[in-house]
Amino acid sequence: MLHSILFYVFAVAMLGAAMGVVFSRNPVHSVMFLVLTFFQSALLWILAEAEFLAIVLVLVYVGAVMVLFLFVVMMLDVNIEAAKRGLTRYSFLGIGIALVMAIELVQLIWLRSQGAAGTGGFAPTPEGYSNTEALGAVLYTEHAYAFEIAAVILLLAIVAAITLTMRKRPGIKVQNIAAQVAVRAKDRLRVVKMDAEKKQ
Amino acid sequence: MADLVPQFLVNWVDWGMGIFNSLPAWLQYLTITTWKILFVMIAVILIVAFSTYFERKVIGSMQARVGPNRVGPLGLGQPFADVIKLLIKEVVVPSQSSKFLFVIAPLLSLTPALAAWAVIPLNDWYVIADINAGLLYVLALTSVGVYGVILAGWATNSKYALLGAMRSAAQIVAYEIAMGFALVGVLMAGGSLNLGEIVMAQEGGVSHWFLIPLLPLFVVYWVSGVAETNRAPFDVAEGESEIVAGFHVEYSGVAFAVFFLAEYANMVLISTLTAIFFLGGWASPFEGWTFLNDIPWLAWLTAGGLHWLFTKMCMFMYTFFWFRATFPRYRYDQIMRLGWKIFIPVTIIWIGVEGVMAWFQVGPWSGLGA
Repeated sequence: MLHSILFYVFAVAMLGAAMGVVFSRNPVHSVMFLVLTFFQSALLWILAEAEFLAIVLVLVYVGAVMVLFLFVVMMLDVNIEAAKRGLTRYSFLGIGIALVMAIELVQLIWLRSQGAAGTGGFAPTPEGYSNTEALGAVLYTEHAYAFEIAAVILLLAIVAAITLTMRKRPGIKVQNIAAQVAVRAKDRLRVVKMDAEKKQ
Repeated sequence: MADLVPQFLVNWVDWGMGIFNSLPAWLQYLTITTWKILFVMIAVILIVAFSTYFERKVIGSMQARVGPNRVGPLGLGQPFADVIKLLIKEVVVPSQSSKFLFVIAPLLSLTPALAAWAVIPLNDWYVIADINAGLLYVLALTSVGVYGVILAGWATNSKYALLGAMRSAAQIVAYEIAMGFALVGVLMAGGSLNLGEIVMAQEGGVSHWFLIPLLPLFVVYWVSGVAETNRAPFDVAEGESEIVAGFHVEYSGVAFAVFFLAEYANMVLISTLTAIFFLGGWASPFEGWTFLNDIPWLAWLTAGGLHWLFTKMCMFMYTFFWFRATFPRYRYDQIMRLGWKIFIPVTIIWIGVEGVMAWFQVGPWSGLGA
């Protein structure tokens, strides 16, 4: 009972936030609505007892990806009028995708009701079951290759992004930290011995 | 003993227990948890209040001044005087600002700092939520705290505030990676993501603490923690000499007080976390010194408990103040260099070292990851 009340509260908040992403006029507000959407979906995952996925969603998307998003959006001077024209122009595409997803969802629910999917909701997890441990046990044994390949692809993407965007301008003044640290007093300082000047 | 307690008090306690026992189980659970949360919140807020006082005293004595000494005995009433002053000041909202975000930004920076206490074990039984993914939860919440700073900078609609927010965002993203990697080392050594179990793995005196086998990770975590809280010498987000007061330049009254509270609550949190991850949390450093148990008034030294966690936390709080009195502010490019080019490689190398050493059971690393 409490479970379903919480589910509907979080789900409604999530849908509202998702609408906010699309309809708010200000791009920064859109990003904040997206953050709220992520939070609500993390809560839904916690309700489904997938606490590892939920926390990682907050950690990766809210804590890192959306911060960078916000960083970019705040720096950009977005033309709101042009963005709004885009909304009406692409609305057919958006509505089309939404319809396809709605049909798929209804089909899924219908299949469930027919008993074709075969599962009757989530089985409650046993006492002392750790989601994180279970994921790790599978990820590092059965799926070790897939995991490592994904890691290498991500590394490649990072290196590629840096090489594509990094430009070396000639004539930049940079500090050589090692040289600065290694410097000794005698390299910079000259002690001059001289007689006291004569009085006028 | 029974004569010492007045009869009406006994009656009251009985009456209260009667009500409590008549409640349904879930309501009993809710009551206990609410009291636990209240206790931790009030303790944290009191520590924050008095750490502002001690900061001024410590820095004062380092600069051969007296520090606050007017309000109450030894100036101990100073935090309350400050709070009352800030409460009765006007909150000015800039006319061109984004009002809602401007008001909500201080709350966004305070909430994660307080919410993270949910999984922190204060001793071997007092923890509000004993969850398995506690370390991940802490990491997720500390990374959310940056929104308060960024939104404050943007919502103010001022160039100075925006610059402060940008600096803060870049800094926190950089240091969070090093912090996360340092915690990977801790969880390898502790063999668990549960903070209570990480403390249990360090029981048995100073030699069992993760401080020694994970020394480089400890340094990286602690310095990154200082950087994450935007404290001196990493306080470029405020940078009085360049950008006035950075992200909170337009904040006044209570709104400013909440930012202040958030900063100090984050300091207390980082100090406690460092104590838990590397200094054995509530475990006693004298564990195993059995001769101390024979002396009756020294038995608390060998027993683990809240007093040890508090002592370790105070030690780190003191170093926060010490840093502020000692180091000049880092330049922005130096901060970025330290985060990306030094800390991240150090953590990656030490995770490798730790793994290899623990695998071959070498030296102080042999007990790790059992």
